[in-house]
Parts: sequence; C-alpha cells; structure tokens
Amino acid sequence: MTNLVGGEIFIEVLYIIAVGLFILSLKWLSSPATSRRGVFAGEIGMLLAVVGTLFYKGIVDYKWIAIALVLGTIIGVPLGRVAMTAVPQRTALSHAFGALCVTLVGTAEFYLRTPTVPKFTMSVLSLEVILGGLTFTGSLMAAGKLQEILPQRPITYKGQNIVNLGMLLVAIVIAVMLVLDPSRIALYSPMVLIALIFGVMLIIPIGGADMPTVISLLNSYAGLSAAAMGFVLDSKLLIVAGALDGASGFILSVNMSKAMNRSFTNVLFGAFGQVQASAAAAHETRPVRSATAEEAAAILAAANKVVVVPGYGMAVAQAQHKVRELYDALTKRGVDVTFGIHPVAGRMPGHMNVLLAEADIPYDKLLDMDQVNGDMPQTDVALVIGANDVTNPAARNDQSSPIYGMPIIDVDKAHTSMVIKRSMAPGFAGIDNPLYYLDNNLMLFGDAKAFVGNIVKELSGNSGGH
Amino acid sequence: MKVDLITSVYVFMLAAFIGFEVIRRVSPLLHTPLMSLTNALDAIAVVGAIILAGEGKSRLSTILGTIAIVAATSNIVGGFIITDRMLKMFKASKAPKQ
Repeated sequence: MTNLVGGEIFIEVLYIIAVGLFILSLKWLSSPATSRRGVFAGEIGMLLAVVGTLFYKGIVDYKWIAIALVLGTIIGVPLGRVAMTAVPQRTALSHAFGALCVTLVGTAEFYLRTPTVPKFTMSVLSLEVILGGLTFTGSLMAAGKLQEILPQRPITYKGQNIVNLGMLLVAIVIAVMLVLDPSRIALYSPMVLIALIFGVMLIIPIGGADMPTVISLLNSYAGLSAAAMGFVLDSKLLIVAGALDGASGFILSVNMSKAMNRSFTNVLFGAFGQVQASAAAAHETRPVRSATAEEAAAILAAANKVVVVPGYGMAVAQAQHKVRELYDALTKRGVDVTFGIHPVAGRMPGHMNVLLAEADIPYDKLLDMDQVNGDMPQTDVALVIGANDVTNPAARNDQSSPIYGMPIIDVDKAHTSMVIKRSMAPGFAGIDNPLYYLDNNLMLFGDAKAFVGNIVKELSGNSGGH
Repeated sequence: MKVDLITSVYVFMLAAFIGFEVIRRVSPLLHTPLMSLTNALDAIAVVGAIILAGEGKSRLSTILGTIAIVAATSNIVGGFIITDRMLKMFKASKAPKQ
C-alpha cells in the first residue's frame, strides 16, 4: 500500500464520514418518524464527498466540472418536482442516468488505460459497462413504457429468450477476449453496443404489471455497476454506495417476485410478461349482484370495520383524493377504516402508499397484505377500488388458474366485499375473477372517482352535513 | 495492488451485508422513497466523473466525464428533492399531536 499524504488523508476522512452517513441515512428510513433525518444525513454525506473530491490534487481544470454541476442541477430540480403519479417513470429515468454515468466513466477509463489493463480491472470494467449499458437503455425503455410514450403491451416473438441470451453471451465472450488482451481496442465498442441493444430487447416483452419487478431489478443492476466502477477506480466509497444500492434493489426484486408468485430466476432471466393465459375462453354469464352508490353508502355507514383495497386503477382514475374524503366521512361516523396495500399495487414498490399519503391519509392506516388478511374475517366491508388480480380468490383455490399461488388480499373473507369497476370485462391479465360472483360480493359499476364521490355525497347527505 | 484488491472485496462484502440488514428493516410503506434515496446515494459515482473531467488526461475523457457529471448530479439533486417531498407527506394519525 502506498502512503497517503496530507491532502489525500483529508479526502479519505471525508469519504469515510460520507459512508457512515449513507448507512445511517438508510437506517433512519426504517420508520416514517425518522425518515426525513435520513434524507438530511444522505445530503450531508453527499456534500462532504463531492467537496472532498474537488480538493483532489490531480484536478487541473475546474471549468467543465462547474458547468456540468450547474447543468445537472438545472436538470435535476424539475425531475425532483414531478407529480407523485409520475414517480415510477422518474425513478426509471434516474436509473438510466446513473447507469449512463457509470458507463461513460468506464468507457473513458478503458481508453485511458487501454494497452495495459490488469486482468481483474478489465473484468470489473467489462462488468461495469455491460451492466451499465443494459441498465441505461433498459431503464429508458421502462420509463418510456411507464410514461406511455412507448406501447405498454408486451412485445413477444418466437425464440426471444434465445436471441436475448445469445446477445448476452456474445457480450461476455467479447469481455473475456478483452480481459485476455486489453489491446484489442476495436472490440470495446461492439461490446458496449451489444449491451445497449440487449437492454432494449430485455424490456420489450415486459408489460405494465411487471413494472414493479423490472424497476427493482434495474435498480439492483445500477447499484452493481456502480460497485464495479468502485473496483475499477479503487474507490471504497463507490463500492459501498453501489453495494447498498444493489442490495436494496435485490431485496425489492425478491419482494416483488414473491408478490407476483414468480421464481426469482424467472425474473432474473427476464421471462416476464408471459402470463397471457388461456383466460378469455371462460367468459361466463353468471349472475352478479350490483348496488348503487346510495346502497353502498348505507352498507359502509352501518359497518364497524372497513378495509379499502386500492389498486393502480385508483391512481389512473385519479380517485385518491375522493377516497380520502370517503375515509374522512366514514371515520367521522366512527367507522374504523384501514387500507390494505398489496406489494404490487401501483407501478413500483411502495407507490400506492405514496399516492395515499399524498392524499393526506395517515400512514398508520396503510397496512400491508399480511396485516389486513389476519383481520379480514372480522371485517364488515372490504371495498376494492381499481384492483383486480390481487383480490382474485382463484389464486388461493384454483390450481388451474394462471395466478394460482400468488399471494392475494382475502377480500372474499370479509362479511361483504364491494368492487368498484367499470364493467365486467376481465382485468388486464385476462383472468376471470370468481370473487365477482360470490353471494357476499356487490359490484359497484362506474368510474372509480365518480363512484366514490357519489358515495361520499350520500354519506354527507344522510348526516345532514354540508 | 493485490492487497488493495482484497481489501476492496472485503469492503464490498461487508457493505452488501450491512445493506441487506439495514434495508430489510425499511417498512414497505417507504419502499418508493427507499428507491429514490438509494438512487441519489448511488449517484456518488459523480466523484469518479469529477476526477475524470478535471484531470483532463484526454479530450475523450473530459467530454465523457463532463456528461457523466451532468447525469449523476441530476440524480443527486432530483433524488434528494423527491425523496424529501414524499417523506414529508407521510403523516401519522392526528391522535399523538393532540
């Protein structure tokens, strides 16, 4: 090991403090009460690390650094101010930016060092740019699909997995050739190019419902590529930050794949979006019971305990503020109202909680699937708004169902379940939901926002209020 | 060099373990802010980009480094702003206040 001189020690000390603050930052995120302190700790850590780096003695010209920092801030501020419904695409976009940074730095390092790159460095550098490259384009694709610039429908073709794996294999073969002889400069750009195309191909077959898993996975890749960059630059700071980000993305990916009842290897190899099952055939015309807003309001008002189960459809209908009014109206009457949030409700992990928190619903009323399922037999009314597959009892008791085994919110176990839905058309996975034909289920046909609004009107009318 | 490398592997392994243990405890309530926060922290990659752009070793490395700083800085700024905006919205029931 080389001995560090004064200035370097100063920078390293700042980096060590930054690492400590980053870990504290994530630790404080464990509860909403301390979470904002966590953001503050992260900001201070980041500031120390960046300021420390500016003192690095090798820096001869600050012009481009200054311009880039200002430009990045100008782009970053609006990206921090997007609407809460747009957070998933913003997150995907930021994974793309992170991966872009890592890929560019890796590329520059390769061309600077090229004829003599140690084998280990070249291996991690290849890993860095392959992961970075595929995360960059993959995340852009995901952001495009979420923003609905690109078609959300999964695009599949025969032999897709073979084509994808083949591309990845070619990239790895090139990487091995570069490791063996880093002077083969001409091989470098094809390797990056293949990684970039691979990212696009990986996301093409993925539909909206799999987005929470995909975003988590891309998050993990972005973290791992940054950690690889840390190995290339011999920066412990980057290794730690990358490992933390990678671990976070990995945990979320595992959570999401469990919630979708996919095996993790299934998710890792990108075989998403293939639930397009044999559904439509079983289009039955069994009788269902429906109710008006007035009847629904009466049932809700008479209940002691109500669980609301929101899905992405609620966010699409922009109904969350009406739902808050319903929450207020019922709470005022002494009804105990909680929310049962399925892990894949929304377009990214935890998205539904953010949307409901934005509508001013207290977070201690937002319960996860296991918490509400335990109380479901004592629940008077389960009100499903814009959710479908995550409430489908077939997942529990019909082995032939494509979603069999997926954990669901057991709304059918409540005394009464009510489902707000536009029509009887099956959900987007095309799977019929037997919940709708149960005797204790009521269909509330209509637009989520309008229907909830009507229930609220009925409730406030009856109480003689405003 | 060899010693540095092994130290780095230790650092990576320990950081991954800490990451798992700490992040496992993050409430599912806050998984979206978790992702935007780790994303902002991950943009510490800006450190590498700053050195690249500032050292001016080649025209290519300056250009790539500069673009990389822009990308990472937008993540840092945007990531911290949106995380704080989200966390600000999470409020407990009124009971404890009164």
